[in-house]
Amino acid sequence: MANSHLTPGVVAGRLKPRDYHDNFSDKEPPLDAHEAAVAADRCYFCHDAPCMTACPTSIDIPLFIRQIQTGTPQAAAHTIFDQNILGGMCARVCPTEQLCEEACVREIAEGKPVEIGRLQRFATDTVMAAGIHPYTRAAPTGKSVAVVGAGPAGLACAHRLAMYGHDVTLFDANEKPGGLNEYGIATYKTAGDFAQQEVDWLMSIGGITLKTGTAIGRELSLQALRADHDAVFLAVGLAGVNALRTEGEDISHVQDAVDFISGLRQAGEFSAVPVGRDVVVIGGGMTAVDAAVQSKLLGAEHVTMVYRRGRDRMSASEHEQDHAASKGVRIITEAAPVRIIGDGAVTAVEFAYTHETDDGLSLSDETFRLKADQVFKAIGQTLDGLPDGLTLSGRKIAVTGAGRTNLDGVWAGGDCAAGGDDLTVTAVAEGRDAAEDIHSQLMA
Amino acid sequence: MADLSSNFVGIKSPNPFWLASAPPTDKEYNVRRAFDAGWGGVVWKTLGEDPHVVNVNGPRYGAIWGADRRLLGLNNIELITDRPLEVNLREIKAVKRDYPDRAMIVSLMVPCEEQAWKRILPLVEETGADGIELNFGCPHGMSERGMGAAVGQVPEYIEMVARWCKANTRMPVIVKLTPNITDVRYPARAAKAGGADAVSLINTISSITSVNLDSMSPEPSIDGKGSHGGYCGPAVKPIALNMVAEIARDPETAGLPISGIGGVTTWRDAAEFLALGAGNVQVCTAVMTYGFKIVEEMKSGLSQWMDEKGYSSVAEVTGRAVPNVTDWQYLNLNYVAKAEINQDDCIQCGRCYAACEDTSHQAIAMSEDRVFSVIDEECVACNLCVNVCPVEGCITMVPMATGQTDPRTGKVVSDTYANWTTHPNNPAATAAE
Repeated sequence: MANSHLTPGVVAGRLKPRDYHDNFSDKEPPLDAHEAAVAADRCYFCHDAPCMTACPTSIDIPLFIRQIQTGTPQAAAHTIFDQNILGGMCARVCPTEQLCEEACVREIAEGKPVEIGRLQRFATDTVMAAGIHPYTRAAPTGKSVAVVGAGPAGLACAHRLAMYGHDVTLFDANEKPGGLNEYGIATYKTAGDFAQQEVDWLMSIGGITLKTGTAIGRELSLQALRADHDAVFLAVGLAGVNALRTEGEDISHVQDAVDFISGLRQAGEFSAVPVGRDVVVIGGGMTAVDAAVQSKLLGAEHVTMVYRRGRDRMSASEHEQDHAASKGVRIITEAAPVRIIGDGAVTAVEFAYTHETDDGLSLSDETFRLKADQVFKAIGQTLDGLPDGLTLSGRKIAVTGAGRTNLDGVWAGGDCAAGGDDLTVTAVAEGRDAAEDIHSQLMA
Repeated sequence: MADLSSNFVGIKSPNPFWLASAPPTDKEYNVRRAFDAGWGGVVWKTLGEDPHVVNVNGPRYGAIWGADRRLLGLNNIELITDRPLEVNLREIKAVKRDYPDRAMIVSLMVPCEEQAWKRILPLVEETGADGIELNFGCPHGMSERGMGAAVGQVPEYIEMVARWCKANTRMPVIVKLTPNITDVRYPARAAKAGGADAVSLINTISSITSVNLDSMSPEPSIDGKGSHGGYCGPAVKPIALNMVAEIARDPETAGLPISGIGGVTTWRDAAEFLALGAGNVQVCTAVMTYGFKIVEEMKSGLSQWMDEKGYSSVAEVTGRAVPNVTDWQYLNLNYVAKAEINQDDCIQCGRCYAACEDTSHQAIAMSEDRVFSVIDEECVACNLCVNVCPVEGCITMVPMATGQTDPRTGKVVSDTYANWTTHPNNPAATAAE
């Protein structure tokens, strides 16, 4: 008999084929031309627009929306790509409700911002669907740059450097390029293999040699890269995960949320991905939401997200929390895991309620148990396998200015570098700005 | 409850909202629906002599739009009725018989010969219609044949035809004026001189709404070519209001009844036409955009406003604003205002700043945290900030009180009236006695 949401344990195929399709197609479908025209008409073309200030890549949003209004989405896309070559992905995954759309004056006026993210997607999709790459390379400079990590920061940096005529070698530890765009973002945010299409489109500028399955500290050394290239940009992301340090963490079906998310992204068939009947997700960030929502979308009966602090401290936005709730995810706050219970496989998680004290978070004696046959840990990622000689700031690579590390000729950006939010769009900005800095230093 | 009933040159209607001579009044089916919807009267689409004219078999309308594709201006290259005279007359008679309380005006356009008018007038009279409107306005097509605007642009012709009509019918004669002239007072005076009972204005404005940038044809395009059309809709309202006011305040035509036409879309537009001297209004583009039902909003809105203001009849509203329409030279130069931004209403879009800083008097300051404030030392009260602000009422022009010092000029605001005619910079100034 086929599995259903009631089947105990961690099993695949809980849903009908059609449900998988519906659950994992675009969360927000693209605007058609009419919808885009109506949405664009709402933009006031503000002076020194707050949306633009709020955008980490400073896209000229009023200008690109005006270009959509006047029937030139191609020009709009160019305006976007000038600032953010991954404008297509950012249009899909940016937490716009915390960035441009939060700052939109119509959010202040009416509580309904201009749909900037969806308009951006309309423009970028128009150009990318037509197979147009609007940039060409400058004359070769004879300089070579190693970019380590083909995620958003690395891709943005590589593209800008290639555009200036430098030869770029782009390394990535994984089999496919894209970094978190490929492995770390919820499937329904980037449906239809968009991440790979975007990388292919970006690489079509030429001048970028991609070497996957190549990691620093494994096949590569920073020393050798510095010797072989005129500059090095490190955008290795946060490959490690924080441990829970809780009793029972090694029981089976207790896993890192990032592995579940990437497994789902790489799964050929969603119906082949197993999920528990009672899923518990520990954490309060976007990764926790993505794991929780997707567990539900795979057919789990009960999914509960548990975060140790108050709701206002959750790094997942209100919009994300609402989205999780709308999919049936229960969110419990101010509770921390004290024990994972199970004989072989997990059966429950015991939590203690918490309260904030001057000395930090304190556990109370009040506890409760949640039934669980699958547990996802989503309590943050960390830098892994850092090359010697780099100065750290906190737990990340210390940088000054546009991503300069303490080592001469070595820049860093994206999640592995200190400063800025761990967002795709921030990584793009850092990669782009580092490229500008590298270029001016190489050409000085 | 305000009385909306209207008596325009003896023609009675339950409200002052008539449908203008145009496609909505082209035939019995539409007019019955209009009356059922509550319209006070119609001006039947212009009749001509047989054989009837023909229309193009391609697009007749072009348009311009505002945000969210709101129709702001419409132009047309449609001619007068393209149905036989006898059919129209029969339908007019039938409708008037069934709706005796509604105004039925018949628009006419025949060649500039007295015999032609003598032939058609008795036929119209026989339908029981309440009046006629002489179409001296259409700028397209018919004007090429010496009719429509071709007549309306020559005051002598207007006077002559009006006189023929007055001499050959008992029905009230309304002369519809074209705006495609330099000074609308001349044709209005001619109509009055010819004995017309009233004028109606404006007819449509010669226009090309757009050009197809692929085919290089003006729109609407007929097989790759375009011809200028007649422009109407909300975009023409300011032009129409001015022309109505010009006639209303011209001593030579003062008191001549006016039927106001041109972009009337809401009750408010209608009230404005009435205030500037119109006795009633005619509507076309608004119903062509939204259907006949809008008359309900027009009636309820006008009625509510009249109640609020204490006006008991439409006639009481007519001309209320006319005494306040004056020449520029008589405007009070001692009146001083300053822009004021209501910070509670401000949504911080900064359009006022961009407009003032780039194109006006650099009189708006912008702080680091996007607070926009008026610099009184620079503000000339031009009103541009008010006009570009997306939030109605957020920015206002506040008059300065007498005795205050205008920080821009350093002069104390005076309560005396002083205009250009006595200003020292005016070479022709007449010294005050």
